[in-house]
Amino acid sequence: MTSITPESVSAPPEVHKPGAGAWLKKNLFSDWFNSLLTVVVVGVLAYAAYGLISWALTTASWAVIPNNMGLYMTGLYPSEQYWRMWVLLTMVCGLAGLSWGVLARSLPTLFSRHVLIGFAIICAGFVLFPPTRPSSPRLLPIVALVAATAWGARTLVRKLPGLSKWVPLLWFISYFVTVWLIGGGLGLTSVSTNDWGGMALTLLMAVSGISLCFPLGVILALGRRSTLPVVKWLSIAYIELIRGVPLIAILFMGQVMIPLFLPEGARPDRILRAVIGLTIFSAAYLAENVRAGLQAIPRGQQEAAASLGLNTPMTLGFIVLPQALKIAIPAIVGQFISLFQDTTLLSIVGLAELLGISRSILANPTYLGRYAEVYLFIGIIYWFFCYAMSLGSRKIEEQLNTGR
Amino acid sequence: MVSTPGESGQFNLSKLLRDDRFWKIAFQVITFIVVASILGYFIFNLNANLTRQGTQFGFGFLANPAGFSIGESVLEYQPNDPYRKALLVGLVNTITLVIAGIILATVTGILAGTASFSQNWLVHKISRSYVGLTRNVPLLLQLFFWYFAVYGLLPRPQNQLNLGNLIIGNNRGVYIPWPANSAWLAWLAVVIALAIAAFFVGQWRTKIIVETGSSGQTQLMILGAMALAGLLIVAFAFGWEAPQVREGGGATGGLRLSREYVAALTALVFYTGAFIAEIVRAGIQSVSKGQWEAARSLGLSSGLSMRMVVFPQALRVIIPPLNSEFMNLAKNSSLAFAIAYPELYSVANTTFNQTGRPIEVFLVLMATYLIINLFISLGMNQLNQAVQFKER
Repeated sequence: MTSITPESVSAPPEVHKPGAGAWLKKNLFSDWFNSLLTVVVVGVLAYAAYGLISWALTTASWAVIPNNMGLYMTGLYPSEQYWRMWVLLTMVCGLAGLSWGVLARSLPTLFSRHVLIGFAIICAGFVLFPPTRPSSPRLLPIVALVAATAWGARTLVRKLPGLSKWVPLLWFISYFVTVWLIGGGLGLTSVSTNDWGGMALTLLMAVSGISLCFPLGVILALGRRSTLPVVKWLSIAYIELIRGVPLIAILFMGQVMIPLFLPEGARPDRILRAVIGLTIFSAAYLAENVRAGLQAIPRGQQEAAASLGLNTPMTLGFIVLPQALKIAIPAIVGQFISLFQDTTLLSIVGLAELLGISRSILANPTYLGRYAEVYLFIGIIYWFFCYAMSLGSRKIEEQLNTGR
Repeated sequence: MVSTPGESGQFNLSKLLRDDRFWKIAFQVITFIVVASILGYFIFNLNANLTRQGTQFGFGFLANPAGFSIGESVLEYQPNDPYRKALLVGLVNTITLVIAGIILATVTGILAGTASFSQNWLVHKISRSYVGLTRNVPLLLQLFFWYFAVYGLLPRPQNQLNLGNLIIGNNRGVYIPWPANSAWLAWLAVVIALAIAAFFVGQWRTKIIVETGSSGQTQLMILGAMALAGLLIVAFAFGWEAPQVREGGGATGGLRLSREYVAALTALVFYTGAFIAEIVRAGIQSVSKGQWEAARSLGLSSGLSMRMVVFPQALRVIIPPLNSEFMNLAKNSSLAFAIAYPELYSVANTTFNQTGRPIEVFLVLMATYLIINLFISLGMNQLNQAVQFKER
């Protein structure tokens, strides 16, 4: 956020910018202990960097990554149906551009210098990075699409401000379109859930888990804060029991136990069972995060709402929850990040999501022992998504920080 | 005006519908009925399914012989021991992992958390990037990385790594020095007693310095003597034994840690340490700068103001989230199952595969983890009470 400070009497004193030498002295060599520390740390870092670079250039064999790009992204998805994945990617990117344009309607320039640099880096990466180079003729138009929809949406939404209400609905519909595109049916060749996998499955599981556990978690948090004893104790029992058990136990046993709890013959698909397991688990943790937000709302808010004549559901929905959720945003996003990371556990249950498919690739005798290369590669992918989420949460927090 | 019975009934009903108390009770009754009927439906189906499979719910199978072997165990274990015993072995393996993990992760976390306040720009940056990197990569992936890509790449036992005859590592495991004196646990108790006594002497010394302004030299000497005694005991009475290289690989003596254990421990420590580092950082940051300045202006030295003013206040913020981090570590230790470390979940999974009793095994698992977490919570609550504000 940039703000223009008017020239005034209370302008802050001019900061004296220290030179490079002064900066070094202050931050690295302020006294003998610091200097020693700097020298030792630089030595260790240089040694590690040398080892890493020489490993990456000589010992490591990176062929395992570009050769299996399709597997990493979509798992065992039939290659003649890859076009559906491209349609899916185009749709999601178009929607992302649209939402960006709508969100940025109040910004004076959509394509500031940082954004343009970011675009340039992404395009250059697609062209230069060997694993994505074969797909760059498709990836570059998608980047252009993001920019175009963002610009188009911003100009459109300035003329028709009511348009922005429809974006969440579009995302909602897009979820079902996604499932249809991946799974097939209704005119498309159907693809068995055994063939779903890779990055696409990881993201699908994470999005499904997040969107299902959020409402459940809010309900449980409200239940735990309720004055009605039955509701309160049922919520407490659920939250504490689930939080006591490791996720892997819930996922594994969920695969086995869910069919036992249903009538004979009803056997939900294993992907659905995995989503149920993830949701049941995350909802309990999310409930605790939301509860912390609820506790931060002073009682006066509720009393004021009651004295205005709002009943309990209205008080909760219009007064308490919006404030509580705003406070709880960092914790909630943290929970979403850990849900995203928890999707890796599905590889133990036999789903071929990103980590699962990597383990299958590593089991291939051609790529024997290429553990470090593969795990580094998918580690970077996971890191990128988690980091992006936490960055996004910080931005939202800044924007919503209206009270102070 | 005459009110007919029908009218009064109508009147009462609408009054009832507007009554808050009625709705409160009705809502609870409805919730209860819904939850109970869902649970009842599940249990009904479960019964039907179990009858169809010809199994009866019950824990009798725990006394049957397990019939599978467990790779490593602290307790004596034979494959024909009952399932109970196998599960206990798994539990002990989990506990050894969790206790070592908690201690090492706390040390790592405190080091990394305080390093982020370092005056040295490099140290600060390293601490921040450690936290940013580790927290954003899934634990399971890190576990695989350590197991396959780090410890898996150690040389074979024939040409194993040997660090000054103290630590020996190969791709089967790591050997470290370990006390060989049979009475070392008793000596350890003595050292712990000494440490507790030293803590009270330290408090006494601080009290004397604060109240009388004396230098506390006598107490310092007592402390020094205690430290010397402790060091002597640790160095000589424990009977440390370094691993001896065996011909053709491996080692005798010392303590052998399997590659699975070391990998699981490293991954858990690195991952949890990053979260603890953030907690410690937030805790120290939560103490306002004025506290530092006030302490310094009262004439306390920098170390004293950290120890007596800032850190006790930071602890109040640090301990509650630390508790849940320890509980997470205990639960995350179940991931060691993925690299075949025979901890509780792994044994439970084998038990389930052999007996086909998911419900019973799940209940045992749930109860055990709940008890572990309960113990962690109890300990941390004790600690938490000790650091609370002591107000009038």
